[in-house]
Amino acid sequence: MPKRIVVPFGPQHPVLPEPIHLDLVLEDELVVDVVPSIGYIHRGLEQLVQKREFTEYVYVAERICGICSFMHALCYCQGIEHIMKVEVPDRAKYLRTIWSECSRLHSHLLWLGLFADGMGFENLFMRSWQLRESVLDVLEDTTGGRVIQGTCKVGGIRRDIGQEKLDEMHRALDPFEQQCRDLGDVFLNDETVKYRLQGLGVISKDEAYTLGAAGPTLRGSGVAVDLRETGYAAYGDLGFKPIVETAGDCYARCAVRVKEVYASIDLIRRAIDGIPEGPLDVKVKGAPDGEYFSRVEQPRGEVVHYLRGDGTKHLARARIRTPTLANIPALVKMLPGAQLADVPVVVLSIDPCISCTER
Amino acid sequence: MSTMAFLKRSPWILHYDASSCNGCDIEVLACLTPLYDVERFGIINTGNPKHADILLITGGINSQNRPVVRNLYEQMPEPKVVVAIGACAATGGIFRECYNIAGGVDKVIPVDVYVPGCAARPEQIIDGVVKALGILEEKREKMTGKAEIKEGARHAAEAGEGT
Repeated sequence: MPKRIVVPFGPQHPVLPEPIHLDLVLEDELVVDVVPSIGYIHRGLEQLVQKREFTEYVYVAERICGICSFMHALCYCQGIEHIMKVEVPDRAKYLRTIWSECSRLHSHLLWLGLFADGMGFENLFMRSWQLRESVLDVLEDTTGGRVIQGTCKVGGIRRDIGQEKLDEMHRALDPFEQQCRDLGDVFLNDETVKYRLQGLGVISKDEAYTLGAAGPTLRGSGVAVDLRETGYAAYGDLGFKPIVETAGDCYARCAVRVKEVYASIDLIRRAIDGIPEGPLDVKVKGAPDGEYFSRVEQPRGEVVHYLRGDGTKHLARARIRTPTLANIPALVKMLPGAQLADVPVVVLSIDPCISCTER
Repeated sequence: MSTMAFLKRSPWILHYDASSCNGCDIEVLACLTPLYDVERFGIINTGNPKHADILLITGGINSQNRPVVRNLYEQMPEPKVVVAIGACAATGGIFRECYNIAGGVDKVIPVDVYVPGCAARPEQIIDGVVKALGILEEKREKMTGKAEIKEGARHAAEAGEGT
């Protein structure tokens, strides 16, 4: 029997921009067991609700994660709005959808780049990030911030996008989609990429479901769950079908994200076409009294904000469950059986966002 | 050209996310990609502290990452420069009142350059790195100066022994 050795992976590791620590138990080059440990970025954001008023906490919610910051703010605001029974104007809902999908685009392109870097395809990494910059330009143009937008607030949004800018975005979508399809073509059809990803880190449909995986990790195993189907913001008007792959390996998870890039472009196009005129926000009076589980589909999966107010300006409790935390048990299941050299690729395939996970 | 004129060597960068929200981290990575492309100056993001000249740190210090940050800093060879990126790395930023945040990076290791912003923009980060290069060069000169003095003293001592 081969001797077992333990190789530490992280917290500071070349392929991960963020710290997570895994103890990999190896038999020769083969991974047989994995013990994850987290907590390197724990800040204690949930307790800040006691120090910030519920309207100010939006800024903190945005900074739970710098990649899907808009969606954290959206999830928090929707929760508070539901507790306070505030109906957000339609234009605000559409603009929230447009910014959400822009965030998803930039997050997925970012991930595709990191993933390409993880499997050693440096050129593809640069190409993905080059495309991502054009999404960031739009975000900066319309909100003022590249990664932290600050446009969502309780009761609506803070800034409008003028008709001229919307038209310009609409015109830019076609060439952008073509570039994304060229890029996606490499991820989906390149022989070397397929050879590296297919059959790697497999997790079955049942396992993914029972371990509570979320987002593309779950959909890559054939479970059609996407919260955008529930129709929050303007998704109800626009209509949406989840993108599902069945193989459950790294290639399937990659394919889900590539196709979600196309779907996001389509959603933005239809949102710009259907955006109504009207006010941007409603005035919010009083303080939240009650509790609500607010759920939003992030690029990495379902995020849950549990919010409880007791009628004061400060919430009594906020509890945030993010998709990466839900995906770590699935990751622990995926890794055994992989070669040591494939570990970075498998870890990246769940799109780990440690800032979210540890809050 | 003038700002880059003193770029005598190719400095390598080590990036560590202390407890940032990711915003500054992806902007650090964005510096390496085609739009900003710092690699044209020979600046490379390395994963190995023993190869690095400049340590870029984002986010504040908490109890679990304190030894990691110190360890990374101590493994880097002299001369070295630390650049704290973003409001959190400077003071703890928006998270300074959290129970698990001790404050900025300078609670644990000496910081040479502070880059403001939440999140810091890639242009600002490059600016900070350029500033750090100047400090790195100064430190190097100081070190070589010291080395020459030591060498001179050793020679003098040896010469003294001989006679």
